[in-house]
Amino acid sequence: MTGIAVLTVLLVLLPLFAIFAYLVYKGIGSINLAFLTQTPKPVGEPGGGMANAIVGSMVILGIASLLGVPLGIGAGIFLSEYGRNRYGDIVRFVSDVLNGVPSIVIGIVAYGLVVMRQKHFSALAGGVALAIMMIPTIARTTEQMLLLVPQAIREAAYGLGVSRWRTTLSITLRTATSGVITGVMLAFARVAGETAPLLFTAFGNQFWNWKTDQPTAALSLQIFTYAISPFDEWHRQAWAGALVLIVLIVAAVAAVRIAVRHGTLARA
Amino acid sequence: MGVGITVEHLNAFYGKTQALFDINITVLANHATALIGPSGCGKSTFIRCLNRMHETIPETRVEGNVRIGDLSVYNGTSATLLRRRVGMVFQKANPFPTMSIYDNVAAGLKLNGFRNRKQLDEVVQKSLHSAALWDEVKDHLHKKSGASLSGGQQQRLCIARALAVQPEVLLMDEPCSALDPISTGKIEELIFQLKEQYTIVIVTHNMQQAARVAEFTGFFLLGKMIEFDKTEKIFTNPSDKRTEDYVTGRFG
Repeated sequence: MTGIAVLTVLLVLLPLFAIFAYLVYKGIGSINLAFLTQTPKPVGEPGGGMANAIVGSMVILGIASLLGVPLGIGAGIFLSEYGRNRYGDIVRFVSDVLNGVPSIVIGIVAYGLVVMRQKHFSALAGGVALAIMMIPTIARTTEQMLLLVPQAIREAAYGLGVSRWRTTLSITLRTATSGVITGVMLAFARVAGETAPLLFTAFGNQFWNWKTDQPTAALSLQIFTYAISPFDEWHRQAWAGALVLIVLIVAAVAAVRIAVRHGTLARA
Repeated sequence: MGVGITVEHLNAFYGKTQALFDINITVLANHATALIGPSGCGKSTFIRCLNRMHETIPETRVEGNVRIGDLSVYNGTSATLLRRRVGMVFQKANPFPTMSIYDNVAAGLKLNGFRNRKQLDEVVQKSLHSAALWDEVKDHLHKKSGASLSGGQQQRLCIARALAVQPEVLLMDEPCSALDPISTGKIEELIFQLKEQYTIVIVTHNMQQAARVAEFTGFFLLGKMIEFDKTEKIFTNPSDKRTEDYVTGRFG
């Protein structure tokens, strides 16, 4: 029995390690200071980097998290604490459907909602597209995690004269914090590598851009552009970009986990 | 100080099922009153009507009058304000699992916006003393979580948490049903001391416990209050045949 368990664990971990090892093998050679600090060079010129895409990805993901995390957690709270009825069922159904909508369709929706109105491709539009993708995952995991909190814990708070919304925020949500964070990180990691929804929203950019209403570079877009190009140099840089993207995602998830662990210990 | 409780014509429902039928009772201030009866007879439902916890369950309903001191429970009083004056200890100890011992005790005050650190420290210490838990936890108030204590300690932590809000009435819903005899003894001793400052209503399955801690006892059967009298009378010379059958162990 233990043998089977160990074997399945290895089978699950194998693809992850294989991908990571292959990325390191292919990409590590092209990662240097220039890659991390410079913008892309024109075709034919050697060197250059993806600094603008790294920052752009961070900006877009920041906007997506700012919009998607509160909305997703809010929806999850509604579903678990106030949604044991028909409205809840409707929201649950819609959110499951939304989870299955192809990401390129969500990109088109964000194009219609934001890009058409602003008359610009922008980091904001990219953030909106990714936020829409984050919401259903966060909402459903938050709901599940809040439902795991025993009713007795809520009753203890009510019994102290704590109002319902205060109980939800300070007791129920707090008790479920680590599970809710897991859901947020799952959603974050999933959208961090998305390319399709950014094609007609963030669009990509070969230069530095610090304005959220202008076309913005993103790692996933840059990887895509470089990977389908006919140049060997660009292929190598695409591998390096992929490696940087994965490392950034892992670092972000780890940082949030550590921060949350310290935060709860300090308060407890 | 504790206050008295008056209940008139109380009916309680779960959906269409009626759980309590026309309950009338007067509970004296600063005394312990025990409620006994077989499982499902409505005694828990009854005390949950006293602090409006009954209505937190969907599709429940209450009719009748309950007065706690000068407060009319079902006429325009907010449930949250009421519950700050009527503390509750539950059947199964339910400390907040992610909070330290200190934060558990301070939770009622903190969550209601009370922030004065010094006064909080005092209240926490006093409440833990009252709940006879101070000596066992004073060295790791902030380091240990409430869930790391033993079952008996957890229940006393919950008592301390309820006392910290400075209620006038303390409702206890089978507080010892999950505890060993030693922890039970400690809590019974505690009830004796708490009577001086609080009015106590305790639901119990254990008739010896009712006899030990309470001056008054009510016997519930099938949602009705069959008899309410001095504890001594209930156990030695009850007026109703059904009470006698129950306390002598002939059924239930």
